[in-house]
Amino acid sequence: MQDGWKRYKPRFLEHSDQASGMYKSLFNFRRLWKQSIVTTLAVVLLPLFTLAVVDYSISRKALESELLLRTTRLVSNLRRTLTSYLDERVFALNFLILDNSFEQLADENRLKQLFENLKSGLGEWYDLGLIDHTGTQVNYTGPYKIRGMNYSGQDWYKKLHYKEQETYHDSIAMRSDVSDVFLGFRMTPHLVISVLHNDPQGRHYILRASLDIEQLSAILSHFELSNNGDAFLINHEGIIQTPSRYYGTIMKQFPLPVPPFSPRTEVSEGEDHLGREIVTGYAYITGTPFILIVIKQKDTLMETWEAAGGKLLVFLVGSVVAIVAVVFGICTYLVNSIHQADQKRLASLHQVEYANKMASIGRLSAGVAHEINNPLAIINEKAGLIRDLFTFRKEYAGDQRLLGLVDSIINSVERCATITRQLLNFARNIQVSVQKVNLRQVVNDVLEFQIKEAGYRNIAVEVDIPAELPEFFSDRGKLQQVFINLVNNAFAAMKEGGRLEIRSRLNDDGTGIVTTVRDSGCGIPPENIERIFEPFFTTKSGSGGTGLGLSITYGLVTEIGGSIAIESTVGAGTTFIITLPLEYHADKGEAHAGTVG
Amino acid sequence: MRVLLVDDEEELVATLAERLDMRGIEAAWATDYRTALAMVEEKEFDIALLDVRLPEMNGLDLKRLIEARRPGMKFIFLTGHGSEEDFEACSAESGREYYLIKPVQIEVLVAKLNEICQGQGGRG
Repeated sequence: MQDGWKRYKPRFLEHSDQASGMYKSLFNFRRLWKQSIVTTLAVVLLPLFTLAVVDYSISRKALESELLLRTTRLVSNLRRTLTSYLDERVFALNFLILDNSFEQLADENRLKQLFENLKSGLGEWYDLGLIDHTGTQVNYTGPYKIRGMNYSGQDWYKKLHYKEQETYHDSIAMRSDVSDVFLGFRMTPHLVISVLHNDPQGRHYILRASLDIEQLSAILSHFELSNNGDAFLINHEGIIQTPSRYYGTIMKQFPLPVPPFSPRTEVSEGEDHLGREIVTGYAYITGTPFILIVIKQKDTLMETWEAAGGKLLVFLVGSVVAIVAVVFGICTYLVNSIHQADQKRLASLHQVEYANKMASIGRLSAGVAHEINNPLAIINEKAGLIRDLFTFRKEYAGDQRLLGLVDSIINSVERCATITRQLLNFARNIQVSVQKVNLRQVVNDVLEFQIKEAGYRNIAVEVDIPAELPEFFSDRGKLQQVFINLVNNAFAAMKEGGRLEIRSRLNDDGTGIVTTVRDSGCGIPPENIERIFEPFFTTKSGSGGTGLGLSITYGLVTEIGGSIAIESTVGAGTTFIITLPLEYHADKGEAHAGTVG
Repeated sequence: MRVLLVDDEEELVATLAERLDMRGIEAAWATDYRTALAMVEEKEFDIALLDVRLPEMNGLDLKRLIEARRPGMKFIFLTGHGSEEDFEACSAESGREYYLIKPVQIEVLVAKLNEICQGQGGRG
């Protein structure tokens, strides 16, 4: 897991500048990365969240007011329905009392006939009776034997007469009465409608009919079901008149306070006796003792909205995750690109600096070598002459000690000459550009510098470059530097008693030469292999390594049109494989032409 | 074999001439081009050993002047300076074989002289 992260972890996260001065990187990549992520996320997510919150509260408010409006509409509709239902029946009785004289109504058969007609037209009638001005029921048709009963003492009778006397208006409302619901003898809930009539002869009498409330309940429960609420009637005293879903049975006390009178439909929000959030709508039904109550549970009403809100929330969270992922990805990619470009720029700056340094060293060494060579040549000749004198003139020949001294002078001169010759060679190769190159020669020249170190450290060096390998055109100096770097690298990787092998062969299609430089050193762990040619990548921490050697090598090989690869096993050693084309084509050699020489 | 040595360092050429003499090679020397030309006109030489950098005239130009007077003479260039120009010029003029960098071992020089002379003999 950790290895996986290491592999995909962007390089810039562990970027630290090893360069200083003018090459110091301009950017702090970690900060740049964090800033771009935070800024982009803020710019994208803040409006999104704001919109989401605003939309949430607006839609909630809209839904709530919509809920109130719908409840108002429902209550109004129900009231109209109930009013017209009751009016219809009042009108029907009114029609009978107007259409028939007292005598006709008092006729048993006639009344029975009328009752049957009434039932067939406006069903649910239970009985029908005629009450004269004394309050005595003079005619009755229905299941009970209650003819002759006197009602003059009953409340509804008094109220009807009282209403009639109060007003002097001949409106039906004033001459009719709808009773509360009661159980009566039959123990089934029903209500009674009474209509009073004054005939031209001055007689006043009442037509009284009782009505089952089932149909009324059906109207209300129909609304209940379709609106997921509770719709029922109570009377002015708060006694429940039709079945309620949640607030008690018929004839029981309504648990909430009876709402105050209002001529219009009223809707309000609040809590019921059990603490549930409810929307209550009510309307007084004119001309009756009834108040229509509609109660809706807010929870269940908001449920659908909350379900939709939940979906939106899922969508929001999904969007945020996607946005964060995309922003993270893009920022990482961009900063990584900038980081890589910056690294390349730094590397090329370093390479230019390196090339300049090499050129300076070349000029210096050529000058030194020349100045030393002339006096050296004189010492050489003088010492040579002394030796010749010993050899050719017999008189000096006996002194072996002097001969030894002269030999040692001559040997020292030869050693100096070797050094100046190498310096000159080096200087020449720094300056010379493309020329015919013998790879064997180049590698031998390089090893000449290094062979001493190999000897000290007991490192075996094996070179296998066939003499028949063709010469080819290339930049000798760069080639030499490539091998110097690789050999140095190999020596750095090996302990005492290591082994360095350099082998060359023609490649399979004969267009290039493949050279392997194999050491028996410590090897490179896989996670470092892919970074080994990166500028400033070094494992020689604390030993002054700049991490530039292999990256310059890589640059040089590329410049002379070749390629370099690496194979390594930790503990077993590392092999660099360089392929050089026989046909020279500079990759970007001209980029450095101006800085060399 | 007669050899003419030309180098501005008298210490060098005089000693070298003496050492060649000891090895049976007749060597004369000069430290400037005028003396060298005068000697060439006066005497016959098989080979001239020229320093590339001489005062007033460089070894390459001197070689041309001598060649004009003595066609068929062979030349070896000797230099303490391994600069690119010297190397290129001498290689073009005489081939790499005849280019020596100071200081040179007497055995190497003698071997080279013999080699050149024999080459001449073979052709002649």
